[in-house]
Amino acid sequence: MKIGAPKELATGEARVALTPDSAQLIQKLGHECLIETGAGVAAGFDDEAYRAVGVNVAESAEALWRDAEVVIKVREPSEAEADLLREGQTLISFFWPAQNEALLERCRAKGATVIAMDMVPRISRAQKMDALSSMANIAGYRAVIEAGNNFGRFFTGQVTAAGKVPPAKVLVIGAGVAGLAAIGTATSLGAVVRAFDVRPEVAEQIESMGAEFLFLDFEEAQDGSGTGGYAAPSSPEFREKQLALFREQAPEVDIVITTALIPGRPAPKLWLEDMVKAMKPGSVIVDLAAEKGGNCDLTVPNEKVVSDNGVTVVGYTDFPSRMATQSSLLYATNIRHMLTDLTPEKDGAIVHDMEDDVIRGATVTHQGEITFPPPPPKVKAIAAAKPKEKVKEPTPEEKRAAELATFKEQTKRQVTLLGIGGALMLLLGQIAPASFMQHFIVFVLACFVGFQVIWNVSHSLHTPLMAVTNAISGIIVLGAVLQIGSGNWIVVLLAAISVLIATINIVGGFLVTRRMLAMFQKS
Amino acid sequence: MLGQGFVSAAAIAASVLFVLSLGGLSNQEKAKRAVWYGIVGMAVAVLFTAFGPGIGNYWLMIPMIVIGSVIGWKVAKQVAMTEMPQLVAALHSFVGLAAVFVAWNADLERRRVLAAQALDTAHQEFSAFAALVATKAPDELTFLQLEVVFAIFIGAVTFTGSVIAFGKLAGKVDGKPQKLPGGHLLNAGAAAICLLLAVLYLNGAGFWTLLLLAALSFFIGWHLIMGIGGADMPVVVSMLNSYSGWAAAAIGFTLSNDLLIVTGALVGSSGAILSYIMCKAMNRNFVSVILGGFGGTQGPAAEIEGEQVAIDAAGVASTLNNADSVVIVPGYGMAVAQAQNAVSELVRKLRAAGKEVRFAIHPVAGRLPGHMNVLLAEARVPYDIVLEMDEINDDFPKTDVVIVIGSNDIVNPAAQDDPNSPIAGMPVLEVWKSSVVFVCKRGQGTGYSGIENPLFYKENTRMFYGDARESIDSLLSLID
Repeated sequence: MKIGAPKELATGEARVALTPDSAQLIQKLGHECLIETGAGVAAGFDDEAYRAVGVNVAESAEALWRDAEVVIKVREPSEAEADLLREGQTLISFFWPAQNEALLERCRAKGATVIAMDMVPRISRAQKMDALSSMANIAGYRAVIEAGNNFGRFFTGQVTAAGKVPPAKVLVIGAGVAGLAAIGTATSLGAVVRAFDVRPEVAEQIESMGAEFLFLDFEEAQDGSGTGGYAAPSSPEFREKQLALFREQAPEVDIVITTALIPGRPAPKLWLEDMVKAMKPGSVIVDLAAEKGGNCDLTVPNEKVVSDNGVTVVGYTDFPSRMATQSSLLYATNIRHMLTDLTPEKDGAIVHDMEDDVIRGATVTHQGEITFPPPPPKVKAIAAAKPKEKVKEPTPEEKRAAELATFKEQTKRQVTLLGIGGALMLLLGQIAPASFMQHFIVFVLACFVGFQVIWNVSHSLHTPLMAVTNAISGIIVLGAVLQIGSGNWIVVLLAAISVLIATINIVGGFLVTRRMLAMFQKS
Repeated sequence: MLGQGFVSAAAIAASVLFVLSLGGLSNQEKAKRAVWYGIVGMAVAVLFTAFGPGIGNYWLMIPMIVIGSVIGWKVAKQVAMTEMPQLVAALHSFVGLAAVFVAWNADLERRRVLAAQALDTAHQEFSAFAALVATKAPDELTFLQLEVVFAIFIGAVTFTGSVIAFGKLAGKVDGKPQKLPGGHLLNAGAAAICLLLAVLYLNGAGFWTLLLLAALSFFIGWHLIMGIGGADMPVVVSMLNSYSGWAAAAIGFTLSNDLLIVTGALVGSSGAILSYIMCKAMNRNFVSVILGGFGGTQGPAAEIEGEQVAIDAAGVASTLNNADSVVIVPGYGMAVAQAQNAVSELVRKLRAAGKEVRFAIHPVAGRLPGHMNVLLAEARVPYDIVLEMDEINDDFPKTDVVIVIGSNDIVNPAAQDDPNSPIAGMPVLEVWKSSVVFVCKRGQGTGYSGIENPLFYKENTRMFYGDARESIDSLLSLID
């Protein structure tokens, strides 16, 4: 099959769907690669780089659309591009089918198959082709960089000869992929990072990235597992509490990065005008939700504005495109993984398996029919979170009471055991001869000493311990030695064999223990 | 000839030396001295007893000791450290067998003395143990008979049990649990007949009862251990260790020898504690281990989603080169593949590159308590980077790379997540909390317990298929 990547037409779009690296790997699947001339220039890949790995460079967009059997793109096609589609051709790109119904219908009418990269289901197996996550990761990173660019101070706290610099305080709202990437970037720059999310189960992820989770005590906690790991709209009461929390944070934080999105809806307004007013001059807000209307009241999509009190609000919507080389590399890899799944035999033949959860989910038109929305995937995105039991911190009194109770419990058990043991001894003493009881005392004391001593043995020396106890248990040789002088030849014979094997045991056991212990060495 | 006073003094000295010897194993440096305490204690005990009163037939005893020493010395020199479990099991069987012989002897002597006394030749001089028996009162003789029964039973079970454990560990007997039809009923039946025989014997039946008793006990030992699978061997071996001690103690009672009693009790309690520790490490109770196999599950085990993602040596090496902290989790698979030297070399290289490398040892890793520690020590891995489960479990979230080499159940997250899993509740190493886990494994099969391991399907797990030693060797050239 011929796989072709045209130049992106959207203004400001610098990414490209095919890189020299991914082209090489796609060729290994048995495909042929095409690229429109100049398509990779903005991302840092010129035509020569493509030619060097055996990619054909098409002179015009028309030529490419004509020759390619599978067209791979970043942005959804323009209407003109959609008209270039033909029956049997496959288009792989971001598509946003829910928002672009007219375009979807246009593609269906052409009889083309469209695979929307934004519809890849969020299941473990499909992570390698989850372009939304890889783009969100870049957006999160870039958001911190943009914030730093507009922020007049260090991120990290320093004590220098010229004075003390406090660390920047960063608040990240929404801990999805972008939010977590932003947290990671900001903490590694040295900022103090706090983060909030409506899904309490992400607290662990937030803390693992080194940020502090702002906990909101609210009954109706959300469970993200039902919605494929995305957040759902929240109730008005919850929203009020949430805003109160943000209002509290506003005067303290220097940088706010908002990433809150709800699938298929405008972005929720979370950072209101009064919060912007409460912030210190020079603070920066980066709104990653600007494309969907923004989380901040003051956000203007695609622009950077400065509020009256000197707070910069960055509303760019093209963060991934601003790091075109990196995002092209990742996106091209996502596309390449999709093609790998579409080419199961690695023989250059595309098999569009509509039974496959991932392919079915991403396909929005196929064989002249609209196949959107897909049925829910057979595999759930995330295992349902188990309700966590709340562990109450015991008060000192409770602790003491508990300790006392366990102490009493132990005393009771020990006394009972001692009592039973004593009674048994008494009983035994009644019937057993005195000589036996004397030996028995020795036996019980030896057991006791053994128990006390062995608990202290280091775990790593358990094998030497077994070897040495094994050697010592060869003491049975004494029994045989005591009997060997007998007048009965059977007894002598059996005793002699016993002496022999017990000696093997003793010598073998001790020597092997010595060998083992000699090996243990300190670094 | 030394007097009885000398022998008693020697017994006291030997007992103290044995206690010091076991107590000294609390750390690696003291242990080297402790083993000498044990050796000296044993030498004192044997010498003074052998040259004590009433001992004869030196012409036979001394050659036997010499031959036994030579054999023991040769075995200890030649055995490879990976064969340590089977050696220990084999040595246990000797103690068991010796106990049976000595107990038989004790009864033979008793009969001989009684027969002689019945003929009213009471003034006849008895030598050795018989002389002691001759002085015993009737009720003491009854207790002697009881002790003989105990010694034979425990000794015989230890003998065949150890032989089978040896066979399983050496791979000469199939490691899977096997039972005759009838299962534990057979064991219970055999034990009941043993009890019956014991009663008959105490009521004056002939020597044949003891022979039959030993035979049935041999059967119980054989059948019991055949029914226990390979992964439970740490418990089995330490249990047999314990039994060999109790057998010695029982003999001590029979022979009225305090040194034997003390030493047997020390060994017995040591083995019992080890078994307890091992059982606790598997969150299973002792009875269920001994009865063999895993208990019935309460419901279907949770389904595992995802796929096992394979990785090649180059991928592992590049991740290792970028990592700061590495934890290696060895298991029985490392011992089987003899990979410990390759692992040690890998550790040396990684440490030379300034990375923090540590080992995490689960209490039941391997086939013997502390098995992994010994193998790593043999490969010259310093013991202070080899940590126990409790010491390292909290560090996994801060670890960049975990390499799991040939272990399976001890890193199975199902033990914590899935209440229906057969190993639910067993403490495990929480390797999945680290950034990346490489699992070095021969193929996609399940572990000993036959249960799927969700770890292999986790997003941060990469499967590094192949023979452990070859895999690690192939890494070595790629680490810089």
